[in-house]
Amino acid sequence: MANTATLPPAPASAAGPRGDERIGQRSPFQKLLGRPEVGALVGAVVLFIFFALVSQTFIQPNALATILYGSSTIGIMAVGVSLLMIGGEFDLSTGVAVISSALTASLFSWNFSTNVWVGVILALVVSLGIGFINGWILIKTKLPSFIVTLATFLMLTGLNLALTRLIGGSVSSPSIASMEGFNSARAVFASSISLGGVEVKITVFFWIILVAVASWILLRTKVGNWIFAAGGDANAARAVGVPVTKTKIGLFMAVGFCGWVLGMHNLFAFDAVQSGEGVGNEFLYIIAAVIGGCLLTGGYGSAVGGAIGAFIFGMANKGIVYAQWNPDWFKFFLGLMLLLATIVNLIVKRRAELK
Amino acid sequence: MNANQIDQQTLLQNEKDPLTHTPVHLLSLDGVGKHYGNIIALRDVTMAVDNGRVTCVLGDNGAGKSTLIKIIAGLHQHDEGVLNIMGEERKFSSPRDALDVGIATVYQDLAVVPLMPIWRNFFLGSELTSGFGPFKSLDVQKMKDITKKELADMGIDLRDVEQPIGQLSGGERQCVAIARAVYFGAKVLILDEPTAALGVKQSGVVLRYILQARDRGLGVIFITHNPHHAFPVGDRFLLLKRGKSIGYYDKKDITLDELTAQMAGGAELAELAHELEQLGGHSEALKEVKAEVAEVADTANAGGPKHA
Repeated sequence: MANTATLPPAPASAAGPRGDERIGQRSPFQKLLGRPEVGALVGAVVLFIFFALVSQTFIQPNALATILYGSSTIGIMAVGVSLLMIGGEFDLSTGVAVISSALTASLFSWNFSTNVWVGVILALVVSLGIGFINGWILIKTKLPSFIVTLATFLMLTGLNLALTRLIGGSVSSPSIASMEGFNSARAVFASSISLGGVEVKITVFFWIILVAVASWILLRTKVGNWIFAAGGDANAARAVGVPVTKTKIGLFMAVGFCGWVLGMHNLFAFDAVQSGEGVGNEFLYIIAAVIGGCLLTGGYGSAVGGAIGAFIFGMANKGIVYAQWNPDWFKFFLGLMLLLATIVNLIVKRRAELK
Repeated sequence: MNANQIDQQTLLQNEKDPLTHTPVHLLSLDGVGKHYGNIIALRDVTMAVDNGRVTCVLGDNGAGKSTLIKIIAGLHQHDEGVLNIMGEERKFSSPRDALDVGIATVYQDLAVVPLMPIWRNFFLGSELTSGFGPFKSLDVQKMKDITKKELADMGIDLRDVEQPIGQLSGGERQCVAIARAVYFGAKVLILDEPTAALGVKQSGVVLRYILQARDRGLGVIFITHNPHHAFPVGDRFLLLKRGKSIGYYDKKDITLDELTAQMAGGAELAELAHELEQLGGHSEALKEVKAEVAEVADTANAGGPKHA
């Protein structure tokens, strides 16, 4: 500010209606650097160019549609998980909760021979219920979300296996392909939409819609403000009247909703679900959110970041196949991305906290 | 309790009970106490807050200041005595209840969420929205404008309301919190040790905002352990010690020296002198303490308030 002192005082109008002479002109590039998802965006662009150069097939429309589909199956969950992480918590039960949702729909409608849609609605109730219970126990016991959701994870894993065998008599849920309502449910949850000759899975559109809605909620509504505050400093938020308890429980339920969408896709993409699936996927969702710039400690991040994280995941996953490398390298790649992204986030947070 | 106990009626400022039209305090405590299990954190505290007055609560660490404000701010509930708001007995079950009757608290450490922009912090919990039903969205530009204007009115010229509030200095952060409380129509403003972590100059700035809030007609409760900060701005002083009120004075009845003496506690100083004497070998320190004991005794004997 020392250099501005020598300048003659500028007339108020010259500074513009909302300008201030102490704010230097920031280029759009600098503004971009202040965003939480910038690290992930740079990573995504670099990765895209890299695979485009290595593999001819990578940039063909059909391959891109496949990559987007792979990304969307992670990205749908990453939306909820990102919001939850911004709200200061995380959920280890998401991977198996997706399967629980699918199993609920399939086993219920099969066992009671109802229309498939009855099972679908019940699955939604169960998914939201799992989220509610996670949040409620967390609030009541004040235990860390790590412990609470780890317990839920184990219990759901057991329930998935035990109930599927008990009701269906096998490790896989019975086929519901011939049941009433199956075709309409498949059209809603697992169809493809043709875009200029390229078949794009409907989950890609679900993903985009969810990201858009989540971004709007985060940045432009009261609830979004509360999510940031609950994650940034729950005590301060509570003291100024933010309903922290409701916000956190609501976030767990939002994760449940995302799990339901993905669970229904998993079910109707085929006609049965393996009861032992889903274990380990919770980490993929968390990784996507972290790569996308969400702070593990809460209070910072974006829904778009989580989406970019999921896209990086999808590109790396399919790109290695298109480049005809050994897929064994994939996990190494993922670990490296996670490490780099977390370091970038750390630097961003330090810059935000210090002058 | 004390000969110099203030006459409550003299401090009333045009506040009338809506039903009986007799004067009432904006907020008053009568014999309020609180215990956690078998630990008595606070007992028999009586004080009042009125429009355009600053009530200072002084006390050392563990004197019960925090418990007192937590009761008024709705974080804890009192077990004994009466808490009156505009003459009506109340017991708050949450901070929201206290906020709804116009009691805003500015906490020393948890006033704001550091990573959030200033304007989001300013409106946190009371966001402005436009639109209807599920499409209600934040009125971002309006909130930014109001934040900038309100802070300018308090004399804080901010560079950019979009910057994270964690980048502001401690004093500036306190001021944002005070401005926020004033803007949201607080009638009673509780300030929890706002100057404790600040330098001399920053403390002066915060004290000026306290006076500004007072001049806007708010009743201010100023918690501090520093009589030098309390005396210039305060109208009334409640002294707490070990969870008990040891004095409640109007400004006209007490001087800064007397206040300091009461805070320092002549008895404790005498005890310290005795201990030093027994240990021996601390002649320098002993001399100093003894001089201070004499000084405290002087001010107390010179018509000042005696220990309760």
